[in-house]
Amino acid sequence: MTIAVAEGLTESLAVEHRGGFRRRWYRTPSFVAGVLIIGTIIALCLLAPVLTSHSPTDQDLNHILQGPSSEHWLGTDQLGRDEFARILYGGRVDLRVAFLAVLFPFVLGTTLGCIAGYYGRFMDTGIMRLVDVVVAFPFYVLVIALVFALGPGARSIYIAITLVGWVSYARILRGEILVAKRQEYILAAQAAGFRDFRIIVRHLLPNVITQAIVYAMSDIVLDILAIVTLGYLGLGIQPPTPDWGGMIADGQAFLTTKWELSTIPGVVVVITALGLSLIGDGLADLLRPE
Amino acid sequence: MDRFAYILRRLVQAVPVVIGVTVLVFFMIHLVPGDPARTMLGVHATPQKVAALHHEWGLDKSIPEQYKLFMGRLLHGNLGDSLFYHVSARDLIWQRLPVTLWLIAYGTVLSVLIALPLATIAATRKDAVRDQAVRVVPLIGLGFPPFWLGIMLLLAFGLHLGRHFPVGGYGDGLFGHLNSMFLPALTVALGIAPILIRSLRASLLQVLESDYITTARSKGIPERRVLLRHALRNAVSSTVSVLGVNIGFLVGGTVVIEQVFALPGIGQLMLNSIFQRDFPVVQGVTLVFGIMVVLVYLATDVVHSLLDPRVRFD
Repeated sequence: MTIAVAEGLTESLAVEHRGGFRRRWYRTPSFVAGVLIIGTIIALCLLAPVLTSHSPTDQDLNHILQGPSSEHWLGTDQLGRDEFARILYGGRVDLRVAFLAVLFPFVLGTTLGCIAGYYGRFMDTGIMRLVDVVVAFPFYVLVIALVFALGPGARSIYIAITLVGWVSYARILRGEILVAKRQEYILAAQAAGFRDFRIIVRHLLPNVITQAIVYAMSDIVLDILAIVTLGYLGLGIQPPTPDWGGMIADGQAFLTTKWELSTIPGVVVVITALGLSLIGDGLADLLRPE
Repeated sequence: MDRFAYILRRLVQAVPVVIGVTVLVFFMIHLVPGDPARTMLGVHATPQKVAALHHEWGLDKSIPEQYKLFMGRLLHGNLGDSLFYHVSARDLIWQRLPVTLWLIAYGTVLSVLIALPLATIAATRKDAVRDQAVRVVPLIGLGFPPFWLGIMLLLAFGLHLGRHFPVGGYGDGLFGHLNSMFLPALTVALGIAPILIRSLRASLLQVLESDYITTARSKGIPERRVLLRHALRNAVSSTVSVLGVNIGFLVGGTVVIEQVFALPGIGQLMLNSIFQRDFPVVQGVTLVFGIMVVLVYLATDVVHSLLDPRVRFD
């Protein structure tokens, strides 16, 4: 009976979240603005082959450092490559890597946070000391050092961001589970002899995952900035694949004569980060229990 | 718990973290794909040189023995020799550390100077236009790539809007440093100021609604005095904590900013060493950054406990 009530309570909470979300998302201005910005950027990047006939990697050494024209909307770079095409195709790469790079630390951090919070004792102590050690390193220093050790490229970015980024999710989940596991429906599930895995996945996670999801949205902003920074330093996405960070670095040499080469990719990064931040803020409002 | 006991407890708690930092830095070499010595030597790898590096780094021993060797050297201040400069990595780091410390301190001071007035302006008129305007700052500010912000500041204040500040270098003497490092420090400050503004505004709003502020106002104390003498003093305490927690972010940002402004600090040393595949220097700088942040966390907790005595009873 108690178990049935516990199952029902968990389900109803989840339904309430989903129902509330569906009812209210369009009335949350920051969420709508964020979705519009990111939706537009993603659509532009996906429609790149339709919007431009230029390849992002084809060089045209007879037309280097051209200003904006009907042929090249944002001009060309030092190798005669079309800037508009490079921004669109670069967005495809950077956004894909950023969205994937947030998934791995989310899964690892959530798993370790659940273990630390649910089992406590030496599991908790061990995992939280590991968190303390990782947190001791500045984010960029550790990511740069790890990418150096692993070698540049998307694979290294995923590994480095996962090894550094999981700690925030672990902290959030541990804190939430420490409170939730003392609730009556969890005690009832334990008394009924349910396996720990079932209690964590079916009963605890649906009630504690919200904060981690909200944090993930702000984490994508950090990941985008890290990917662009690594690209700028020459440690991220490798040429000739276009990347916003690499474009800023390439343009820096022509700052006095062609300032737009570095400025425009940076503005695109700022707008993307703003869109993601707005979605994050909106999600925090929407998923907050009423 | 008295102040001394609290500080002692925090010192003891920092010891395992520092040991953990050394373990993580030690394992960096084992993340390198393939043979680390061969990878680092690149085209210069000969069987003799590879064997010499194996012996120097202890790669021909078991992992526990390697760590023992690493720690033994570390306790004697030996971070190994640079593969590129052929001098001690410790000396290289030691020469360049003052520049980075200057940048961190200067950036921290500027971030407080930016955040304090803006947060006060916002909190004293909650939901007014000026509050809404200040609340937009963190939303947009956190999305700026630090290095790009540096480039834009260079473009504006170093090139186009008159050459007010040097576009690179460290300068000589106190005023030389202050002038040369203004743009890099401002870039560092603008990176962390949004977080500080958000936190200080929230603390001030909470403090301004508390009973003792109402009492102060009811006694007829001028609003300016209530704000400066009573409210800010308490709100600053939690901001010190936020600053401490985010100092890792600030310190990490200096690595890239040193590169943009050609500052000869340990961040630039780390990046140059990466391109020279100079593993001992990269490893040494990573370790120094890690220990630096642990010390800053420690100092923040001590300062917080001095500003807010309630902390020591937690």
